[in-house]
Amino acid sequence: MTMEPCSCTCTEPTPDAGSSCCQTGENRLPVSEVMNTTSTLTISDHGDHLIARLGLMRMNHLVTPGLYRLGSPDADSPVFVSANYTLSFDALRSALTGCDAWILVIDTKGVNVWCAAGKGTFGTSEIVNRIALTRLETMVSHRHLIVPQLGAPGVSAREVLRQSGFSVEFGPVQARDLPKYLKTHQATQEMRTVTFPLRDRITLIPVELMQVIKIAIVAIILAAFLISVDLAWRILLSILAGTVLFPILLPWIPVKDFTIKGYLLGLVVFLPTTALTVITNQGDLLIRIMMAAGELLIFPAVVAYLALNFTGATPFTSRTGVKTEIRRYIRPLVGSFAGGIILAMLSGVARLVIVS
Amino acid sequence: MNRWNSYTRTTLQYNPEKCINCRLCLQVCPHQVFQQGTKKVILSLPESCMECGACQVNCPTEAITVESGVGCAYAMIRGVLNGTGEESCDCAGDGDTPSGCCG
Repeated sequence: MTMEPCSCTCTEPTPDAGSSCCQTGENRLPVSEVMNTTSTLTISDHGDHLIARLGLMRMNHLVTPGLYRLGSPDADSPVFVSANYTLSFDALRSALTGCDAWILVIDTKGVNVWCAAGKGTFGTSEIVNRIALTRLETMVSHRHLIVPQLGAPGVSAREVLRQSGFSVEFGPVQARDLPKYLKTHQATQEMRTVTFPLRDRITLIPVELMQVIKIAIVAIILAAFLISVDLAWRILLSILAGTVLFPILLPWIPVKDFTIKGYLLGLVVFLPTTALTVITNQGDLLIRIMMAAGELLIFPAVVAYLALNFTGATPFTSRTGVKTEIRRYIRPLVGSFAGGIILAMLSGVARLVIVS
Repeated sequence: MNRWNSYTRTTLQYNPEKCINCRLCLQVCPHQVFQQGTKKVILSLPESCMECGACQVNCPTEAITVESGVGCAYAMIRGVLNGTGEESCDCAGDGDTPSGCCG
C-alpha cells in the first residue's frame, strides 16, 4: 500500500481536490492519493448533516472521490464503496467503528447512493473508473468490493467483475447493519428491506417545508395584506398539514393513493376552520355557507397536492403508480381548487351586493 | 382495479423460463418482491415493486424486465411544465436513510 510519488508537475486543473497528476506511460492519468478518515463524527460533521437535512447548500456536502483508509487497513482489508455525499460517507464510516477497511468513494455529484443509483451515477462505469484511478488493485490483494444494496439499481455486479476483475457483494440496505452483517456476510430479510419509519419521515419534513417556503411566504403575505389575516392563517395551516402532518401520519391515513390521503387529511384539518367561518362571520347564512364550502374545496386540494409531491420522498412509490395518480387526480384537484376560489369570490360579491 | 389504489400495476415482468435460480434478485430487491423457490425464483409480491430496476440490472439471463424510473410526482409535474415531458430528479435528497430523491 505504498503510494508512488508523482513524477510530473501537472499544470492542468486536477479533476478532484486531493488528487495529483501523474504520468502513466504516454497518458496523463490523474491518480488520486489515498486519503485518511476515521469512524468518529465531529461536531462539524453533525453541523453539516443538519444543514444537509434542511436541504441547504446542496453542493457543500461533497466528499472528495477516491480511496480512503479507515483505521490501518492492509492488503487483506475489505473495500467498501460509497457515494461522495457526506451523509452517505459518514453513515458508512461511523458504522465501521473499530474496523480497518478501505472506503472507495465514487463520484456521484454529491447525491446519495440510492438516488444516484437510479440515475446511474452511482454505477458500474464509475466504480470501474474509480478502481482504475485509485489503482485499487495495488492496494489490496483480494478482488472484492462491498457495495450498498441500494446501489444495485446502478451497479451490475457481473459487469463490474468483467470490466475490473473485482467481484461485488451487496451489503445491507442500512450502513448501521454492517457490523452484524460482517460477522456472517449473510443479510437477514430485515437488512435487505427498505422501511420508512417515523424517524425517517420526520427527518424529511424540513426539506419538504423548504421546497414550498418561498411560494408559501409570498401567498401568506399577499393574503394577509390584500384579503384577510384569517385567510393567511388558513394558507399556513394547509402548508403545515401537507408538509408536516402528512409525512408523520402517512401510514395511518386510510387508502393507498397519496392524493386521496392528502385530500382526506385536508378535509379533517379544515372542517373545524370552515365551522369557524360559518359561526364567526356576520351576515347571511347562505353566504357564510358558500364561503365555508369554498374553503373546503380549496385547502384540501392544496394539502392533496403537497401530499402527492411527497411520493418522491418515499422509498416505495413506483413510477407507474405515481403516473397513474397524476393522470387520475390532477384535473379533479384543479377543479376543486378553482371551484373553491369561484365560490369564495361569489360569496364576497354577494356580500357586497347585500351590504350596498 | 382497486378504487383508491394506483399502485396495483407496475412494469415489472418476470419470465420464470429464463430463471437460473442465481437468486441475485432476492439480494438486491429492497421490497422482497421475489421469493426463494425450489428450482426457480418466485414473483411473490409484484405490487410491492417500486421499479428501481436493481433486479433487471443484475439478472444474468434477462428473466426480469422493468421500466425503471423515479416515482416522484414533483419531478414528473415539473417535467410536464418545463415541456420536456420527462421527469428529471436533480435533487440531492437524503443520505443514509433510503428515502427521498426529491425529499
